Amino acid sequence: MAAINRDDVAHLAQLAHIEMTDDELDRMAGELAVIVDSVKSISEVAGNDVPATSHPIPLSNVLREDVVGHVLTADQALSGAPDAQNGRFRVPAILEED
Amino acid sequence: MDATLSFDEALEKYDPVLGFEVHVELNTKTKMFSSAPNVFGDEPNTNVNEVDLGMPGVLPTVNKKAVESSIKIGLALNCKIAESCTFARKHYFYPDTPKNFQTSQYEDPIAYDGYLDVELSDGTIFRVEIERAHMEEDAGKLTHMGGATGRIQGADFSLVDYNRAGVPLVEIVTKPIEGAGARAPELAKAYVAAVREIVKNLGVSDARMERGNVRCDANVSLRPYGRETFGTRSETKNVNSLRAVEHAVNYEIRRHAAVLDSGAAIVQETRHWHEDTRSTTSGRPKSDADDYRYFPEPDLVPVVATPEWVESLRAELPEPPAERRKRLQKDWGYSDLEFRDVVNAGLMDEIGDTVAAGASAAAARKWWMGEIARRAKLADVDPAALGVTPAVVVELESLIASGKINDKLAREVLDGVLAGEGTPTEVVDKRGLAVVSDDGALQAAIDQALATQPGVAEKIRGGKIQAVGAIVGGVMKVTKGQADAGRVRELILKTLGVDG
Amino acid sequence: MTELIKHSAAALAAKLAAREVSAVELTQAHLDRIAAVDGGERGIHAFLHVNTAEALAVAADVDERRARGEELHELAGVPIAVKDLIVTVGQPTTAGSKILEGWHSPYDATVVKKLRAARMPILGKTNLDEFAMGSSTEHSAYGPTRNPWDLDRIPGGSGGGSAAAVASFEAPLALGTDTGGSIRQPGAVTGTVGVKPTYGGVSRYGAIAMASSLDQIGPVSRTVLDSALLHEVIGGHDPFDSTSLTDPATGLVAAARLGNVKGMKIGVVKELGGEGYQAGVEARFADSLEMLRSAGAEIVEVSCPNFDYALGAYYLIMPSEASSNLAKFDGVRYGLRVLPEDGPMTIERVMGSTRAAGFGDEVKRRIILGTYALSAGYYDAYYGSAQKVRTLIQRDFDAAFAQVDVLISPTAPTTAFKLGEKLDDPLAMYLNDVATIPANMAGVPGLSLPSGLADEDGLPAGIQLLAPVRQDARLYRVGAVLETMLEQSWGGPILAKAPALAELAKTTEAK
Ligand SMILES: [Mg+2]
Ligand SMILES: [Zn+2]
Repeated sequence: MAAINRDDVAHLAQLAHIEMTDDELDRMAGELAVIVDSVKSISEVAGNDVPATSHPIPLSNVLREDVVGHVLTADQALSGAPDAQNGRFRVPAILEED
Repeated sequence: MDATLSFDEALEKYDPVLGFEVHVELNTKTKMFSSAPNVFGDEPNTNVNEVDLGMPGVLPTVNKKAVESSIKIGLALNCKIAESCTFARKHYFYPDTPKNFQTSQYEDPIAYDGYLDVELSDGTIFRVEIERAHMEEDAGKLTHMGGATGRIQGADFSLVDYNRAGVPLVEIVTKPIEGAGARAPELAKAYVAAVREIVKNLGVSDARMERGNVRCDANVSLRPYGRETFGTRSETKNVNSLRAVEHAVNYEIRRHAAVLDSGAAIVQETRHWHEDTRSTTSGRPKSDADDYRYFPEPDLVPVVATPEWVESLRAELPEPPAERRKRLQKDWGYSDLEFRDVVNAGLMDEIGDTVAAGASAAAARKWWMGEIARRAKLADVDPAALGVTPAVVVELESLIASGKINDKLAREVLDGVLAGEGTPTEVVDKRGLAVVSDDGALQAAIDQALATQPGVAEKIRGGKIQAVGAIVGGVMKVTKGQADAGRVRELILKTLGVDG
Repeated sequence: MTELIKHSAAALAAKLAAREVSAVELTQAHLDRIAAVDGGERGIHAFLHVNTAEALAVAADVDERRARGEELHELAGVPIAVKDLIVTVGQPTTAGSKILEGWHSPYDATVVKKLRAARMPILGKTNLDEFAMGSSTEHSAYGPTRNPWDLDRIPGGSGGGSAAAVASFEAPLALGTDTGGSIRQPGAVTGTVGVKPTYGGVSRYGAIAMASSLDQIGPVSRTVLDSALLHEVIGGHDPFDSTSLTDPATGLVAAARLGNVKGMKIGVVKELGGEGYQAGVEARFADSLEMLRSAGAEIVEVSCPNFDYALGAYYLIMPSEASSNLAKFDGVRYGLRVLPEDGPMTIERVMGSTRAAGFGDEVKRRIILGTYALSAGYYDAYYGSAQKVRTLIQRDFDAAFAQVDVLISPTAPTTAFKLGEKLDDPLAMYLNDVATIPANMAGVPGLSLPSGLADEDGLPAGIQLLAPVRQDARLYRVGAVLETMLEQSWGGPILAKAPALAELAKTTEAK
């Protein structure tokens, strides 16, 4: 497995929507390289015959009846909003201006 | 606007391959993963709770009814139902997506490997293979503000309403559809219509395309005839009417053909459909941003569809649409051609509802296939979206039957109804449209018409009864159409002493 | 300091029931203690918010009801502190992060609803590593919590606030959350008791998720019985959490009161000891084994070879799930919004700058690591492989529990280290959780209790008990026996040996 480098971190930061300065990218790349190196052996531990466990205690069919439960008021819904207008959450433009 | 070839030229050179992703909104009472109400059209952000807003600390819970509806859709699409299936998170940042991931299914959809037999306008059956049908949740609704167009481009800011966030969706994905040839656009429309019919018939969705209950992403690619491998595809998103699906596929075939003809490559991208120009524009190219980082949803446990559960749901399935069609044609007494026209026009349900509301099958067909379809075409909308209810048709028919209005006046009444002037009876009253049924008034008009056309009167007396039409026409002209033509005819013949 | 606050929760409950003290007096005594030791430059800083008015109102209500002769929950009127990862109506919830500064939840976590139903006054919200990511509480955006045994040392993490609050008598009880040891490791380094219940035993609804398949809420206290009492309050099925077990949370208090290990088989996990474990920690561990043996337990050694991979697998699964769970913090619906300083003002960029400004370094590291582990081309090698290792760890537990009733190990390899000591070395920090992580990976319950003071530094060490899933009662049964014997050997509770805070603050200031 290839070591994680600065370009990888820049790409991952973009995927994760975290803006990073050049300094941060450098530092993060160094730290992550060490961490990734320490965990990469994990990929060789278990054979193909070992199933993955995603839930520590297996359950199935935990289903809710289709009955209306509690609802927030619009005021409650918007109470923590950084910006709102006419009962809706307001966000800056989605696309860059051409 | 992109360069396009003519459709015929495109088809001469290239073999189209289609693929569809149809999203069906389920009509459950609550959301897919929360117990907030699933209701269309309410005030913004009033049908949400903390789960729908992706607030810190929340956890999803699975709506049993939505799972059952999904299984029913799978069964109706002749799919296998997964013995066990899981949910997965699909990550992408977008402000209409409260958690910045959509809870969906990935490796193990609830239904897979099915097919749908789609009937084309000439009765040909085309089998569309279904790859999978999976459960997921809808996103909120963005309104783009400012800028000139109200579109996302050039908007200053956007407003988000999360009422729709978390509404249960079933996404139905076809396998690549080959061999449709020149009928590709028609097949596209017929396929979406068939899916819509199925989910509506199952009662699991309101299936109102104009409300986005059924939304289609249409994939189109072209390849030279004889080549096995597929060309690069484009995905036209959210094509939300049957006519638009047909037009979008037609357009993309013509656009692709022009690009390929010029020697350029098709860009794999999403496209946006524009109803006004009947064309698509470039959306987002496929890129690294499409690294969705799927992984099993750790907050939910697997859904295990036991054979008993599946069979009990199968037992609840209504009569399949194809069988229903056979039965309805018989009940309504339509000829094959008449019935196929109705199906192709997508008006079976409307006619069915109208018959159920009390109209005769013939009258229902006359209205929906005639005046209503004509007006819809003029208005460039689907007939069902025009706003004519079965009750209006029934009322028009009963007004005609009682002799209050005639066919010609009925069309004017329909205008009034569509203009929002009220019920047909109210329109008749407001516009003063009742037929002249006063025999005295009619007789005067008849006498006048006979006097101005003595030659015709003579012909009728001489036995040429069909000539009576000219006199009837004269009377109708004088009465401005507000006469009962049948009664006028009777009175003319009586006046002339001829047996009709 | 009033002696009242030094009592266990069980003793306080008895005093309330006997009307020796009122709930208002008791709550006020704890609020006074918080006022005395929590603030200031050298304060404990266990609390991010103190809920004075509401806590006193709840206490007054309890007193009124008791006066009317109403039947009340055993813990009614016993105050409690809540880790600030758990959402509460009426108080801010920050998760220790700038991104949620000032945010008020419109809903209560299920465990908070249960505290309210039991009428336990909530004293406030306790400090933690940001989004529970850390082992020292130094990653809190609001400054570190100090260890009441030595103000220059860490109180463990991420639940350092809850552990320090209980250790410094600011609260008799607290709630913690444990994803890789965040209840047990702070318990060990502060000389307190903490329990991570069986996964699904306590509802996670309203606990801000770090790693959904690993997180559990659990009790923090000064005695084994107190944890059992609180565990029964917060445990049980919750339809709002699909991973919640349907088993009732009963029999725990009874098990703690029974306290009997005669004939029990206790397994020492070979892999959780030796290299990397401080000598004093190992010595106290050996003492405890001897006591359990003398109480009639059979001590055997068991091997769980795949535990060696637990830490590595954990550092793939946890960041993967965390990167997903933290995607929602984007400045759109709640919390911080930071506008980009230059360039185009698109929502993409607003999200990017909000998350850049709102998250601290450790959170960013884990998000990036998790994004990496889940990204196309790496999923199978990383997340997928780690989930397989999880299966191997579960198999090791199954094999071990086929031989023994409970497993035992030191809770953490070392006693409390100095503030700042490991801050620049993430890997060294991660090693603190080496002994606690296997339980989270397999969903089994774990309890940490103080095992004594390490000879070399005089700081508390912890001992960890692990039981099979759904057998949380065994932890209380064994823990209570060991606690009794240890306290006999010390001549009282271990916290009686802790330096007085006022003195400590003075002496350290003088240094
Ligand atoms: Mg799609
Ligand atoms: Zn979809």
